[in-house]
Amino acid sequence: MIFSDRTALILKLLGVSALAGYPLVGSEFYIELVAKVLILAIFAMSLDLLVGFGGLVSLGHAAFFGIAAYTVALISPEYDPANLWLVLPASVLAAGLAALAIGLLVLRTKGIYFIMVTLAFTQMAFYLFHDTALGGGSDGIYLNFRPEPRVGEWMPFDLAEGHQLYYFILAALVAVYVLLGFVLRSPFGRVLVGIKSNEHRMRSMGYSTFHYKLGAFVLAGALAGLAGFLYAVLFGFVTPELLSWHESGHVLMMVILGGMGSPIGAMLGAGSMVALEEGFSLLTKHWQLLMGLVILAVVLFLPGGLIALPARLRGLFARGDHHD
Amino acid sequence: MTEALLEARGVTRRFGGLTANENVSITLERGKLHALLGPNGAGKSTCINMLSGDLAVSDGHIHYKGREITGLSAPQRSRIGIGRSYQRTNIFPGFTVFENCRLAAQSRRQRAWRLFTNALSLEDTLEKARAVIAEAGLEGREDRIAGTMSHGEQRQLEIAMVLATDADVLLLDEPLAGMGSEEASKMVELLDRLRRTRAILLVEHDMDAVFAVADTITVLVNGQLLASGSPAEIRANIEVQQAYLGEEAFHV
Repeated sequence: MIFSDRTALILKLLGVSALAGYPLVGSEFYIELVAKVLILAIFAMSLDLLVGFGGLVSLGHAAFFGIAAYTVALISPEYDPANLWLVLPASVLAAGLAALAIGLLVLRTKGIYFIMVTLAFTQMAFYLFHDTALGGGSDGIYLNFRPEPRVGEWMPFDLAEGHQLYYFILAALVAVYVLLGFVLRSPFGRVLVGIKSNEHRMRSMGYSTFHYKLGAFVLAGALAGLAGFLYAVLFGFVTPELLSWHESGHVLMMVILGGMGSPIGAMLGAGSMVALEEGFSLLTKHWQLLMGLVILAVVLFLPGGLIALPARLRGLFARGDHHD
Repeated sequence: MTEALLEARGVTRRFGGLTANENVSITLERGKLHALLGPNGAGKSTCINMLSGDLAVSDGHIHYKGREITGLSAPQRSRIGIGRSYQRTNIFPGFTVFENCRLAAQSRRQRAWRLFTNALSLEDTLEKARAVIAEAGLEGREDRIAGTMSHGEQRQLEIAMVLATDADVLLLDEPLAGMGSEEASKMVELLDRLRRTRAILLVEHDMDAVFAVADTITVLVNGQLLASGSPAEIRANIEVQQAYLGEEAFHV
């Protein structure tokens, strides 16, 4: 670890404070953009649980994001706001159940086959919403009203108001980060990392690794669902593109860019990905080409991702000193 | 009166047209060290893999403490008390020695649902990990990254991890392979101690060690059981001598 625990905690608190303070100074456009980054950060952290900790490279993670987004859009009434405390758990549950069903099948495969079957399932989910009457076809569907956090007559806050929605998303991000922190140091989390390192040995020591991987798959799917739910609420519409394999690849690139095996890295990956996309798209309409070059450069020259950058720099300077 | 822990009766394993083990029967008793000998390709690893559940049997039955376990998976067999080590070191090379043993110990009480419990606060698991590290002679190396240790130390770690699972039956695939003579004699001492309370199956090429430590020896040749008996009986067995004891092909 390059930073001491205390420095790391201070950096995290500074990060949260900066994010919390941003709506006070930012314009509406950028507040929405940062809110989108926060949602993608939750999405990326959920995938990192599979890729970075469980060693399960899924190319179908967008399916759970999209299923939750469609769930809130489909179950909300057309002319009234839905109750947040109903549609939020329902969306997350739908994504978790989909992950359970898909996980039961795909986790029987390994390596490249796992990548291919997760890809196949996300394509099935894509066409389910794209080609059937269920999801309004390629146009998607609108969510006309943001859900209300109503408890009886009482409304503790109001998501229709942009800043409050922003803080709700930020709180969700912090909650997911804290939750993952607990999970990763729990016996379950330790087993997951063991499976990534040597699944065969884990089995011979008595761990039914399939069930652990299934647990991780469901948890990651449910958290991706939370991100998808927030996305639908923020933008007010859902399209089949949310479930496309492009999205799955997109979030995988965020994880790789930020550095696998670190929730902070996943967040950094989501932030820098969006920042680079926005920056490059101002420069040229062929921004995806530049994006590709950046990803290539990171994979080649910074295999640990952005999160490994401080340690790499320190290493470089230390070597420099040595030569002097 | 000895207590038979693990009994294989007539187990056979076929890979396509090749029969790697044919009608092999072995009984492992508590307090006894049973050695499995045989030239390369005799089917020793296949045999141990069938006992541990890494390989399914094509035919035959396996019983553990009187209960049929032929259909149980490797994790299930580990949980009821059958532990194994591997011929090629099979550890978590990126983890510390302590975490290797701690993970092994955690397998006894997995507590997978306790997502808000710090794994490092489970005192029973930590205690077990410390105890097996001491038992395998790895004290002082708890914080070493396992993959950076010497081959011999990694073999010791391999044994420590099996011990951490509280196994009653130890299936040890060449624990002495690649060890220096001092390390090897320490390991033989350890095996001798472990035998008292457990049943051990030892696959080993080191003949001196086998004859010194084994209570029973079973000889496999071409996947078939050639002979089984006390070290003295095996030494005197003409067939065994002809099969390979005198042969150069055998690795001493």
